[in-house]
Amino acid sequence: MKALWKKMIVAVTAMFLLMPMAAFAAGGGGAGIVIVADTRKLSGIMAWWSNLYNESHLYFTILTIIIIPTVGVIFGVLADIVMHFVGIDLKSRDLAEH
Amino acid sequence: MDWLYILMPISGVTIFWPGLIILGVGVGIIGGFFGMGGAWMVTPGLNILGFPMAFAIGTDIAHMAGKSLISTMRHGKFGNVDYKLGVIMIVGTVGGFEVGAQMIMWLERIGSVDKVVRYGYLALLTFIAWLVFHDVAKRRAKDRAALASGQKVDEKATGIEWHKTLHKIKIPPMVHLNVAGIYCSAWLPIFVSFLTGWLAGILGIGGGLIRMPSLIYLLGCPTHVAVGTDLFEVMISGLYGAGSFTYKGRTELVAALIMLVGASVGAQVGSVATKYIKGYGIRIAFGTAVIGCIVSIVLKLIPDYIAGTKATTDILAVWLVNGLVVALSAYITIRMVQGAKREIAAKKARG
Repeated sequence: MKALWKKMIVAVTAMFLLMPMAAFAAGGGGAGIVIVADTRKLSGIMAWWSNLYNESHLYFTILTIIIIPTVGVIFGVLADIVMHFVGIDLKSRDLAEH
Repeated sequence: MDWLYILMPISGVTIFWPGLIILGVGVGIIGGFFGMGGAWMVTPGLNILGFPMAFAIGTDIAHMAGKSLISTMRHGKFGNVDYKLGVIMIVGTVGGFEVGAQMIMWLERIGSVDKVVRYGYLALLTFIAWLVFHDVAKRRAKDRAALASGQKVDEKATGIEWHKTLHKIKIPPMVHLNVAGIYCSAWLPIFVSFLTGWLAGILGIGGGLIRMPSLIYLLGCPTHVAVGTDLFEVMISGLYGAGSFTYKGRTELVAALIMLVGASVGAQVGSVATKYIKGYGIRIAFGTAVIGCIVSIVLKLIPDYIAGTKATTDILAVWLVNGLVVALSAYITIRMVQGAKREIAAKKARG
């Protein structure tokens, strides 16, 4: 019985892991369209940002996914300070459905 | 009034930036409260402000990652996030989402994608709305029965209890999910997340709208933990989506950051509000949001059957979604302020 369970677990795990690949293999997908940013009207940081986008989508992506969580954490910490100052308890709550 | 408009460097469109902040506040409150990204509200909003649809989706996903991070941090402090459950569910969500996305490619090839997505979405949302209000009705019936017999219903009691049947499935490995208070087969959260991921992939949505009720009704998570854990998943999938859309050149980070200014305030309000509104209050408000979503989709479907109504139904759908965002945000904010006032007053009274 144990061996049967083992086989079943291996089979189901393999199914979960391979399903996306099988679907990928079956899928189509179209050619990507690259839009080039017009930097002529921009200056300063905006121009730098757009140039980075035009030069390398990879660097642009890496920077984006670093900036977003960083900004999120900064805002989160700031709000913590404000709410602590106001006097709201941020460490406990009652668990009840009604 | 030129200073109220800002040129977006990548998409090249000029946007009314206070609109981005207002949109961010509204969806931040609702997202932090319900535990979802709220793409169904933000994407049309960004589109109305002037973004082409692809940029609206990419920018929404990018801001969603930051906003969900803020909400997850807050819910984490309240003990509302079951990280173990979240990590287990990511396995199923990613697999399911990719299978769903590839099925969309196949549906596109056979020319049925629009029909399947629209009606599938409608059927699913109708089912979720029924589920929520059926649960509320059952819970009230339990309350009435207990009151009649002079007893008190347990604080954590729920109406629908499908999860109790699903927890009887004992396929190893079994897992203890301590924050959610669940002991079940690991295959249950994997299967549920695969199913919700697959549906999200087919429907082209983030999945919070499906995952939150699934966590409650199929896994048996308390409402607050379902909200927090779902946000943890939204944060990770949002970050992945942000990377993917940005690499494809469809994210306007400047707009996402402006939205994040508003959303950071909104996300705090929505998350803290869950401290003062009990589980069934969250469930009823969630059901109302789902009904609003259903009506807006029906409005979008009407022109397929009645010619010449597109302009009117489009306006009605926009007003409905915006009205719902405003009404729900106002309700959540008022309840949050009332709860915080009570708590601070009680603290002062204790000295």
